[in-house]
Amino acid sequence: MRKEPVKVREVEAEKRVAGFDEVVLGYSEEEALTEASRCLQCKNPVCINGCPVGINIKGFIHHITQKDYKGAYFTIREKNNFPSICGRVCPAEYQCRKACILTRKGSPFASDNSINIHFLERFTGQMGINNGWMVPSETSEDLSKFKVAVVGSGPAGLCCAGELARKGIQVTIFESLHKTGGVLRYGIPPFRLPHSILDFEIDYLKKIGVVFKPNSIIGKGKTLQELKNEGFDAIFLGLGAGIPTFLGIPGENLGNITSANEFLTRANLMSAFKFPDYHTPVNIGRHVIVVGGGNTAMDAARVALRLQKMRGIPLDTTLVYRRSEVEMPARRLEIAHAKEEGLKLKFLVKPEEFIGDANGLVQKLKCVACELGEPDASGRRRPVEIKGSDFELDCDLAVVAIGLKANAILPKVTPELTTDKNGDVIVDPQTMETSIKNVFAGGDIVGGEGTVIEAMGMAKRAAQGIINRLLAPTSGTNLENTKGVGYANKC
Amino acid sequence: MTRIVEKSILGQYQGARITRFVITAEDVALKAKPGQFIMLMVKEEGERIPLTVVDTNKKDKTVTLIVQELGFSTKLLGSMNVGDSLYALVGPLGHATPIQNFGEVVLIGGGVGIAEIYPVAKALKEAGNRLITILGSRTKDLLILENELKAVSDEFYVTTDDGSHGRKGFTVDVLKEILESGRPLPKIVYAVGPIPMMRRVAETTKAANVKTLVSLNALMVDGTGMCGGCRVTIGSESKFTCVDGPEFDAHDVNWAELTKRNQVFVEQEKHICHLGRV
Repeated sequence: MRKEPVKVREVEAEKRVAGFDEVVLGYSEEEALTEASRCLQCKNPVCINGCPVGINIKGFIHHITQKDYKGAYFTIREKNNFPSICGRVCPAEYQCRKACILTRKGSPFASDNSINIHFLERFTGQMGINNGWMVPSETSEDLSKFKVAVVGSGPAGLCCAGELARKGIQVTIFESLHKTGGVLRYGIPPFRLPHSILDFEIDYLKKIGVVFKPNSIIGKGKTLQELKNEGFDAIFLGLGAGIPTFLGIPGENLGNITSANEFLTRANLMSAFKFPDYHTPVNIGRHVIVVGGGNTAMDAARVALRLQKMRGIPLDTTLVYRRSEVEMPARRLEIAHAKEEGLKLKFLVKPEEFIGDANGLVQKLKCVACELGEPDASGRRRPVEIKGSDFELDCDLAVVAIGLKANAILPKVTPELTTDKNGDVIVDPQTMETSIKNVFAGGDIVGGEGTVIEAMGMAKRAAQGIINRLLAPTSGTNLENTKGVGYANKC
Repeated sequence: MTRIVEKSILGQYQGARITRFVITAEDVALKAKPGQFIMLMVKEEGERIPLTVVDTNKKDKTVTLIVQELGFSTKLLGSMNVGDSLYALVGPLGHATPIQNFGEVVLIGGGVGIAEIYPVAKALKEAGNRLITILGSRTKDLLILENELKAVSDEFYVTTDDGSHGRKGFTVDVLKEILESGRPLPKIVYAVGPIPMMRRVAETTKAANVKTLVSLNALMVDGTGMCGGCRVTIGSESKFTCVDGPEFDAHDVNWAELTKRNQVFVEQEKHICHLGRV
C-alpha cells in the first residue's frame, strides 16, 4: 500500500494567532526521510516542468532518501539560491506539486497526495543553514575586475547579486528602504518567513563580498548614468512591483482604509505589532474587511487576526472576494491556515462603496453579490453582478489587496528605459538586457506581479546575460516584452 | 548612517519648540531641490517621518532640517545632539517646486511651514520674481527665519495670533487685503503651513481666481509610493502625496478629507507621548 503523505508540524491555530512567530515548523529528519521515500522517482519526472527554475526535484529527493543532505542541498542550489526561502513561500501547489504524477489529472491545484516537495526543499535548505554549506565561488580573473550595481534588494536583486558575486564580480546592492530584502521583508509576514532566515541569506551574500547600500533611492538620489560614471560596468534593475492598486470606488479615502502594502509594511517592516516599543502605529478594527483573493490578501488577513488577538479584540476579520474559492490565486496552504485561524471568507462579493462616520472613518462596506459567468482573459469564470443584491457589511478597518503595479520612480526619470503600457520594463527575453545597453532587469518590474521563484529565475538569466555582456561588450540585443511564466497573482 | 553636525533652537514657547539641525546626507545634499523632502528614522525602532529639505550644502554634503517638536518622533529627534547618529535617511523625495519667473509671487508660511517657504523663496527670487512674503505664527517666540526671508522679499509682512509681533491676526488677513487692494493680482500664491491655514488661503485665492500651490503634510510610511497612506483627493482623482506631490493645486485639494485622514493615529500618538520615553 502507498504511504500517506507526512503532515508537517505546525503551531496550533489558537496559539499562533497570538503572535508573529512562524506557523509551519518543518520536517524533522525522520519525517523528511519518510516523505522522500514516497517519491516514485519517475522515469520522466514531470514535477521538474512545474518548477519555474527547473530544480532537479527527483535528484534532490533521491539524495535525501540516501541521507546525502549535502548532495540534496547542492542539487537545489544549482537552480535556486534560496531553498530555505522558496521552501516556505513558493506556491508549490500551483507549480511542482501540481505537476507531480500523484496529483489527480485536471485538478486546479496539487492533490494532497502529491509529494510535499516544498517541505523537503525547506528541510534541505535548513540543513544548509545549520551546516553552513556554501556553494563554492568560481572566481575568474576575467570577471573579478568588473563592478555591477544591483538596484533593489528583493528576491530578484538578491539572487542576481549572489550569482554575480560567486563569479568574483564586485557587486553593490542599492535599496531605497532602510532594511534589505524588499517584499520578503516588508510584504511577507515573519510568521511565513522569519526575518532570521532572510538575514541568514543576506549575511551569506555579505560573506561572498556583496556590499549593501540601504537608504539609496536610485533615480532620486543617484541616476543610472551616475552609477555608470562611478565605474559600474553593468546594472541590474530588480525594482519590483510595489505600487498598490485601489478599487476606485466611492469612500475609499476614508480613514482606516489602507492598502495591503501599507498595512503589511507597518506590521512587518516597521514592527508595528510591537508598538509602542517600536514607534510606528497600526490601527486595527473590531470588524476588519480584507478585499482580494491573492497571497497578499491572505497575509493581510492573517496579520489582522493577529493584531485583533494581541489587542484583546474578539476575532472578526472577513475576506471578500469577487469570485469563488477555487478561483482564488492565493496558496491553498495559506487559505487553509487562515481558515484555521478564524478568517471568515465571503465569496462572490464585489465592493461598491465605503460608507464613513462623522469623523471620516470607515464604518460600512456596501457590496453587491455576484455569480460566475463566462471565462475571462485569465481563463477563470468572470464574476457577474446580481442586480438588486446590494448589502452592507460592518467594517471599521479595510485592507485593499487587489494587486500591485511596477515601481515607477526610476523608469520615470530614465526615458531611455523602455517600458510597456503597464510600466513594466521591456527586456530581451534571452539576456534580460533592457533598452539601455549594460542595464538589465528582472523580477516583477519585468513580468508584472509574480512569485519569488519566478523573480529568481529571471534574475539568474539576467546574471548570465550580464556576464556574457561583460565578456563580449559588442553583441546585439533583442528587445521584447516578456511575461512571467505560470502562476501570477490575478485577482 | 547620518550624523548631526549642528543643532540650534529657533523658537521656544510654553513647551513648544522649533529646532534646526544640520546633518550629513551626501545624496540629498547633492540632489535636493526646493520643495523636496526626505524620510528620516531617528532610531532603528523609530518611525519613518517626512521632513522638508530646508537648505543644502554641497561642499560639506550636509542638509538643513527644521522640526517642530510636536509628536513623539519629532520630540525624539529634538532630544538628539551634535555628534549623535541618526539611524536612516533617504531622499530627496517628491517633486521639486516649479521655479520660473512668474512675475509677482505671494509666499505664505505658517508656523514650521515657514521652513518650507524659505528654499522656495530663495529660488523664486533668483529666478527674477518679485516676492511678497507673509509669515504667521502663534506668537513672537515661535516665529522662525524672519530675517532670512525678509532679506529675499520685496514686500514683507508678519502676523502673530496673539499680536506679540507684527500685526495681530492671520496670514490670510494680509492676503485678503492684498487681493482686494485693487493692485494687479499676483501670478501665483505659494502657501505652506497648518492645514486650516492652507485651506483658508485656498478659499481666498479661489474666489480671486489666483493660482495657488500648497505643500501637503499627509501621513506617510515609506515616502516612495509603496504604501498609499498619503493619498489625497485632488479634484476627482486620488493622488499619492509622496510621489505625485507634495505640492498640489490648492483649489483642487479635498481639505476635509485630508484633515480627517491625518487624525487616524491620534490615540496611539497620545499613548506613546504619555509614556514619557523621550
